[in-house]
Amino acid sequence: MRLRAATFALAAWMLAALVLPAHAQTEPFAIQKIADGDYVHFGQVAMTTAANAGDIANLGIVVGRDAVAVIDTGGSVAVGRALRAAVQKLTDKPVRYVINTHEHPDHVFGNAAFANTGATFVGHHNLPASMRAHGPFYLHSFRDVLGAAAIDQVRLIPPTVLVDHTMTLDLGGRTLLLTAWSPPAHTDCDLTVLDEGTHTLFAGDLVFLDHIPVIDGSLKGWLDVLPRLAELSAVRVVPGHGHRIGSWPGALDDERRYLLTVEADARRLIAAGTPLAKAVPLIGQSERGHWQLFDDYNPRNATAAFSELEWE
Amino acid sequence: MPTIDHAAGFGRTGRRAVLGALSGTLLIAPRMRAAMAADADPWPALAPQIFPDRALEDGTNVLTIDAPYRAEDAAVVPVTLHTTLAADDPRQVRKITLVIDANPSPVAAVFTLEPHAGIDSIATRVRVDDYTNVHAVAELSDGKLYMATRYVKAAGGCSAPALKQTADAIPVGTLRFRELQATDPAQREAQVMVRHPNYSGMQMDQLTRLYIPADFVEKLRIWQGDQLLLTVEGGISISENPSFRFSFKPNEAKTFRVDGSDSDGKHFSGSFPAQDAA
Ligand SMILES: [Zn+2]
Repeated sequence: MRLRAATFALAAWMLAALVLPAHAQTEPFAIQKIADGDYVHFGQVAMTTAANAGDIANLGIVVGRDAVAVIDTGGSVAVGRALRAAVQKLTDKPVRYVINTHEHPDHVFGNAAFANTGATFVGHHNLPASMRAHGPFYLHSFRDVLGAAAIDQVRLIPPTVLVDHTMTLDLGGRTLLLTAWSPPAHTDCDLTVLDEGTHTLFAGDLVFLDHIPVIDGSLKGWLDVLPRLAELSAVRVVPGHGHRIGSWPGALDDERRYLLTVEADARRLIAAGTPLAKAVPLIGQSERGHWQLFDDYNPRNATAAFSELEWE
Repeated sequence: MPTIDHAAGFGRTGRRAVLGALSGTLLIAPRMRAAMAADADPWPALAPQIFPDRALEDGTNVLTIDAPYRAEDAAVVPVTLHTTLAADDPRQVRKITLVIDANPSPVAAVFTLEPHAGIDSIATRVRVDDYTNVHAVAELSDGKLYMATRYVKAAGGCSAPALKQTADAIPVGTLRFRELQATDPAQREAQVMVRHPNYSGMQMDQLTRLYIPADFVEKLRIWQGDQLLLTVEGGISISENPSFRFSFKPNEAKTFRVDGSDSDGKHFSGSFPAQDAA
């Protein structure tokens, strides 16, 4: 049995190893330097598929004098391993921190690639509870999409260092300011990472560029967080999704406009007594031309916004 | 191409063995394994369990079901029931049973319509756990059952994580009542909303390996003055923060009343002024 299990694990590993390089032939696991010591891997602007192995979120690497922090680990263990290999190509310094910006699978399913490396996992104080409550659902849901072999490798590794409000991490001459946001916005466990040396902000999914924002926490909460987020002293931002670096805080403009539009449309339709089913296709439509994956997420955002706002 | 995203998902097997709790007459045995095979139609086995020894007539001229063919959010699928009896038909709809065939606990709700209430539409939001037929079975005043069917593509609704409302300021059991603008003064429309997580009993705590116990709105009664309009017996297939929107014939009453209870024994009630109470 042990041998069988080991053989299976090896087979699963090889399969996973094949998935990414297959995709890598056309698009290698690219790392871009965006500032001194700051690197980003841009995930595809796409839904998770077996072909992209969940490589759809932007991942960050910060290299200090003594150690490295990675920000999010991608949507599968294969992506996490590719990220880890990319770090090893960059530097000999150890990964001291793995920071998860929130609970979504495309940001945390790669965590297992950094297990047993000595790295400390860091996240929002709500992240362990959210992972516990929703993790099994995500594992189940993504089994059909990523494939059984990829899902069987995933381990939900919650953070052991929790951020209540703010916290600084030192990588040696390089300070990271972590902020745990509330109330719920994109999710109820959103965390941002500001490299205070270069004023580079790794925003997780509190910032979307080109990829339509996804509301899985609270529309009103998100709009409440935005002005405080804008006060962070950054000059550039790495969005959670979207294939470019944004200027700060201008990068928030499109997202804010989208959220305000959804809010205004939903409020108007609720006030008019329009039922949910008739309201959803009308909400946010003026934003259609501005976003990729609009039809994949806008109806769900509209449903979430309507359900939230009808209790105002 | 499957498009799984952050919160909606596909749930095909596994959870079926978990029997969603339903009370009293709504209690339904877990569906037989044979009926759970992929693509098997569960209805032939299900119908006799819900309506033992009753014939189901064609409901084409009795009621219709409105629901999206492809649901955007499996945890919040809008369903509207319309009664379509001809105006001169002496029969009335007394009861409508809403069944979501593929759900672990298929009976979503039973609506009892009072004879004088004049209810000809009821809209709610349901969880849908698989690609499934939705059945609505109307019992008429002639004692016969009439059935309408609609197919819905959605999956993962019953175990979909609840919206993030744990830190919510609105207490469980809070009622909202709203009369909608009516175009026809003889036929009005109102919406009752209940703040309630309506836990399906199918969300697992990964540490304890235990399912969060089902806790859902079991019964709601809606009165116009002293006149009972509508009784809803609900199950775990009704979405979080249950919403019921229905048409009714107005009387002279100055207030509406709503009372109800959940499966935990919690009672809630409220009184609301009629829109043009004057
Ligand atoms: Zn996310």
